[in-house]
Amino acid sequence: MESVVFYIFATAAVLGGVMCILQRSPVASALWLMSTMFSLAALYVLLGAELIGAFQVLVYVGAVLVLFLFVVMLLNLGQRSNDLRGPSGIAAALVIAGLLGIELLAVWRYTPSRLAAEVAQGPAMLDASAAFPAGQAMRQAAAHNVVQSVAEPLFRTYLIPFEITSVLLLAALVGAVVLAKRRI
Amino acid sequence: MEPTRFLGPSLALSAILFTLGVAGVLLRRNAIILFMCVELMLNAVNLTFVALAQVYGVEGWVMVFFVMTVAAAEAAVGLAIILAIFRHRQSVDLANINLLQG
Repeated sequence: MESVVFYIFATAAVLGGVMCILQRSPVASALWLMSTMFSLAALYVLLGAELIGAFQVLVYVGAVLVLFLFVVMLLNLGQRSNDLRGPSGIAAALVIAGLLGIELLAVWRYTPSRLAAEVAQGPAMLDASAAFPAGQAMRQAAAHNVVQSVAEPLFRTYLIPFEITSVLLLAALVGAVVLAKRRI
Repeated sequence: MEPTRFLGPSLALSAILFTLGVAGVLLRRNAIILFMCVELMLNAVNLTFVALAQVYGVEGWVMVFFVMTVAAAEAAVGLAIILAIFRHRQSVDLANINLLQG
């Protein structure tokens, strides 16, 4: 049952992505991208990350895509002709994307045991037996509060990156205002 | 409950979505749609993080938070740049933005 739901949402995500890059109008593209992001939120829930699913809806659909739609509205582009590249550009793009897709699809073969075996053979960055007790992270998250299990690494191990992120957001805020304002 | 579900299919879906994003960036000339394709690629990466978090632990979710923050910042600054370009050239077609081509 769950795998049926998974494949339904996976198909919806791919369909949304394809339509997003094929639609002529930016508004239609944004709406198809929105359906992709909703499908991904559902997939996150199926993968046990309900918190991430909620943030996906709040941040991506609620903030980023609305920002895109606002800019499309501000620009008032009107009816434009097709903005696809020329035939040689399309051919080059399909070849490059196809090669990349074939390479990336090799990860289909990966299973947790195979990942563990490959990490064990590689340089000893991780103790494979300690890093891969199957499902330990999920059990841990289920035993504690989910927010607590995410907040602990965020505010302990990754405290410095977290603070840098706040500086980044401030820089983006100031930068966006400076760029978009006509006269400072 | 099986500990790691849908790992292979999730990674494959992520690969497909990332490829679609790359194809979109290469195919389209509209700067706004190009930015949407970049968001699609970032989403594909997030899906990889969430799928592998089942194996590696919740640090993957922390990475997703960082990716989301950077994506939001990137969208804000990028769209501001597009607005500034549109004000100068009345177009967001990348074929018209060739100042650095000499």
